[in-house]
Amino acid sequence: MKDEVTTREDRVEALGGMGCKRKRVEDARFTQGKGNYVDDLKLPGMLFGDFVRSPYAHARIKSINIDKAMAVDGVVAVLTAADLEPLGLHWMPTLAGDKQMVLADGKVLFQGQEVAYVVAKDRYAAADGVELVEVEYEELEVLTDPFAALESDVVLREDLQGDGNGLPDGAHGPRKHHNHIFYWEAGDKEATEQVLEEAEVVAEETVYYHRTHPCPLETCGCVASMDKVNGKLTLWGTFQAPHAIRTVVSLISGIEEHNIRVISPDIGGGFGNKVGAYPGYVCSVVASIVTGVPVKWIEDRMENLMTTAFARDYWMDGKISATKDGKITGLWCHTTADHGGFDACADPTKFPAGFMNICTGSYDIPVAYLGVDGVYTNKAPGGVSYRCSFRVTEAVYFIERMIEVLAIKLNMDASELRKINFIKKEQFPYKAALGWEYDSGDYHTAWDKAMKAVDYDGLRAEQAQRVEDFKAGKTRKLMGIGLTHFTEIVGAGPVKNCDILGLGMFDSCEIRIHPTGSAIARLGTISQGQGHATTFAQILATEIGLPADSITIEEGDTDTAPYGLGTYGSRSTPVAGAATAMAGRKIRAKAQMIAAYLLEVHDDDVEFDVDRFVVKGAREKFKTMKEIAFAAYNQAIPGIEPGLEAVSYYDPPNMTYPFGAYVCVMDIDVDTGVTDIRRFYALDDCGTRINPMIIEGQVHGGLTEALAVALGQEIAYDEMGNVKTGTLMDFFLPTAWEVPNYETDYTVTPSPHHPIGAKGVGESPHVGGVPCFSNAVNDAFRAFGLTHTHMPHDHWRIWKTANELGLHG
Amino acid sequence: MIPAAFEYHRPTDMAGVLAVLEEHGDDARVLAGGHSLIPMMKLRMAEVPHLIDLQDVSGLGGIDVRTGEVHIGAMTTQTEIIENAELAQVCPILKEAALQIADPQVRYMGTVGGNVANGDPGNDMPGLMQCLDATFELVGPDGTREVKARDFYEAAYMTDREDDEVLTKVVIPAHGAGYAYEKQKRKIGDYATAAAAVTIVSDMGKCVQASIAMTNLSDTPVWSEAAGAALVGTSLDDAAVDAAVSAMLGDIDPTQDNRGPIEFKKHAAAVILRRAIARAWSRA
Repeated sequence: MKDEVTTREDRVEALGGMGCKRKRVEDARFTQGKGNYVDDLKLPGMLFGDFVRSPYAHARIKSINIDKAMAVDGVVAVLTAADLEPLGLHWMPTLAGDKQMVLADGKVLFQGQEVAYVVAKDRYAAADGVELVEVEYEELEVLTDPFAALESDVVLREDLQGDGNGLPDGAHGPRKHHNHIFYWEAGDKEATEQVLEEAEVVAEETVYYHRTHPCPLETCGCVASMDKVNGKLTLWGTFQAPHAIRTVVSLISGIEEHNIRVISPDIGGGFGNKVGAYPGYVCSVVASIVTGVPVKWIEDRMENLMTTAFARDYWMDGKISATKDGKITGLWCHTTADHGGFDACADPTKFPAGFMNICTGSYDIPVAYLGVDGVYTNKAPGGVSYRCSFRVTEAVYFIERMIEVLAIKLNMDASELRKINFIKKEQFPYKAALGWEYDSGDYHTAWDKAMKAVDYDGLRAEQAQRVEDFKAGKTRKLMGIGLTHFTEIVGAGPVKNCDILGLGMFDSCEIRIHPTGSAIARLGTISQGQGHATTFAQILATEIGLPADSITIEEGDTDTAPYGLGTYGSRSTPVAGAATAMAGRKIRAKAQMIAAYLLEVHDDDVEFDVDRFVVKGAREKFKTMKEIAFAAYNQAIPGIEPGLEAVSYYDPPNMTYPFGAYVCVMDIDVDTGVTDIRRFYALDDCGTRINPMIIEGQVHGGLTEALAVALGQEIAYDEMGNVKTGTLMDFFLPTAWEVPNYETDYTVTPSPHHPIGAKGVGESPHVGGVPCFSNAVNDAFRAFGLTHTHMPHDHWRIWKTANELGLHG
Repeated sequence: MIPAAFEYHRPTDMAGVLAVLEEHGDDARVLAGGHSLIPMMKLRMAEVPHLIDLQDVSGLGGIDVRTGEVHIGAMTTQTEIIENAELAQVCPILKEAALQIADPQVRYMGTVGGNVANGDPGNDMPGLMQCLDATFELVGPDGTREVKARDFYEAAYMTDREDDEVLTKVVIPAHGAGYAYEKQKRKIGDYATAAAAVTIVSDMGKCVQASIAMTNLSDTPVWSEAAGAALVGTSLDDAAVDAAVSAMLGDIDPTQDNRGPIEFKKHAAAVILRRAIARAWSRA
């Protein structure tokens, strides 16, 4: 066992711990098609469910006739709201404190809403049954515009009208109108408005962040299996938060929590789409309880795009004030948030607009106000955080557009304006005007590094020449330089102010060291592609001195994993990663006592060294962690229990605040609206870097989804509430063809309160990427008088901008 | 995305195909590469009680380059078009266009016959075939007949093909001209926002022959005879190109969709045609 010949560097390398480019252990199965997704699950006697969905966006249901469907060979049952009502399951609570119909209860509020659930012996019979359910609808006036909805006499949510004595409060306080959901505010409205009134310069703009949708390769689905013999319900599904799903299922079904086992198998991407609870889950559980056999439900792509969890749809009115020389003095924002037919936003309870109040961004803004009005419309519910922490992409898009708008107003360079206003390194921890305390940052260093890397001055000179050439008729292409400095707020979060449905947003890790020096660690999170099995093993390897290759990471089974709130909002590393480190330190503390006993010295006379405890001042005397593990189980040590296990539930003291500096260089063909991204530089500071290769992959993925959203991806409705973008023909999902080469870079500013200083990175590139691409498009037209144009910047909208600026002659 | 039940037929010769078509009439459809028909069936937008898979039917494949013309069997895939060196010599525009259809996976399966026979206004090959003045061979109960591509398309998904006929072959005159297939699309795999197929023959610096067809700008492909005629006899000066574009705009009839409104599509069509003409002329 003694290995004096190896150097310390060798021993560090052998661990495969933090900071190394460890290859993803998940990839062997994923790249060979050997993953195990929910739709791979095949159980004996399993039935299949499929939904009858509303073709109308707003209609009363006059009748539902299931006779013909029931006559289809293989159809076992057809559930409607009337069947669920006796169980109290025709409605379900949403994550936002509202409630949502599981199956249409008298009316439908959006196109694609679930009306009936057909259960059949095979998937084909289920689809045939769906065709034959006869639903008689009476069409009602459709409201797709949130501003019109707040003026309309049409009542969307009759269930929230109360008893006629005034409008009852919603989950977040008083409601102003029957289609109004909540008003929420942060900051100081009066003081901000006074500053605006007295300011030397005020720039105003309405910034619309369009409705879109996370589009994981795997759609949502589940298999519910009620074992009537032992009374246990097992629910496999695409859940980003399996424990939360277990608790919610228990609360709404009345089944005790110990009798429910929720399993998230391999998940093919989440991006927020798989956080919420959907009617498909409830109907499958009910169908399994009724039939006594397992029931599978898997949504198809159109159902996914049309019904489960949209993102964004924020109308943000902004005002930003500054001195003539560019020092920002105040920020005002009022947002009208279109939540669709039910408020099913996945936000911490106290934050109905998520962390939109991070919208002062990276800037030292002395006073600010944010007000948000949530509105019901005839669109699908959701409002999830698509590859971002709660509404953080909206906040960052807003401030990064407002900075550009202000730069135009001041006739100032947009990089210079940012530099004047960045929060300085010495100001951290920094208390922002809208309430958050930023833990750490060094924005000037990151920004200067980015500007130097891209030769910013050279780019501006080239752009000026291009404008001259364009005006002289020498080219029909304009050049845009997109800048973004983002500050994220991730890692929800401290239980004192972060809960969902009352469930505190801590997370957990439980470690068992095996006698021969390998280990298993279970966490309350669940990877959907983030590579947890790789990176959490690296954290542990460094903390406990056993090789990452000897550590199994297991997530997603509520019968075995400790309770946690799951994976979204870049919370896994900030919260569960911290729990992992803390649990590892408990292991190490016990190992220290064992080592001291074995080495016959006092506990304080040994110290940890990579993979062993050594005697201080006599490093040739040591016990490796492998030796200690064996002794822990097999040697009677006075005063110490056998075994080597630990569990940690980590309640973070603060959020983490990753940041980054991005630059996009884009050429735009003004005649066709076609964009060509010539260069994209992304500098990320996510604190301590656990695995640089996984970080790079996350950045590439996040930027690609940012490109999608900025340049074309949307969920669009016509005036009748029909979804116009319900297939991948019209819903933009970029492929290698559309994606440019990305240059990645980094600085490291560790989080001061996180055990290993890590901040989370999966969502930064999306949050920073969207405004960067959009700013590039807007910037290309700045010389021709454009202040702002809305996303998505697809060909025809860019063409329209050029056309309106008179660039087509 | 689950199709209704259907009967699957897999005959090995054309007589077998025709027998099923005769028996079931418009309840039967032939299947080539399946990239249009199968999604329609899965969406239950096309009900096909009898599906006739053509892949075992002999004699429907192959590219035969003859003197002055090219014969392409209906089951020839886009990939086979792209990879055929002889074809690239005599009719290079086919490769240029095929490379702009969908993505490699689709092109391995998608066929020329399916692309031209389905009558989908978004398909690229119909306009191209009109530009090249191709002839389609149709086999039915009464034998074989030929139809010009320029006479084949009636409306979206409506063609001159009878329900009991199968499109078996495309015959294309070797063009020997300057050519270009120019396509604007939102992303890989998308139908055209606007696409133009152009061939130009020049002699002593003058255009002596020109053919122009547009894709996805009407409910059928649009062969603009007037646009081509506007170029003939000129040296493609600005006035001639303007006249061709103007003539083309008179012949197309785009509709609004997620790619954009009519005004934008007309503008894009003009830009794309100008670029196609310029490239074809540079090769003429």
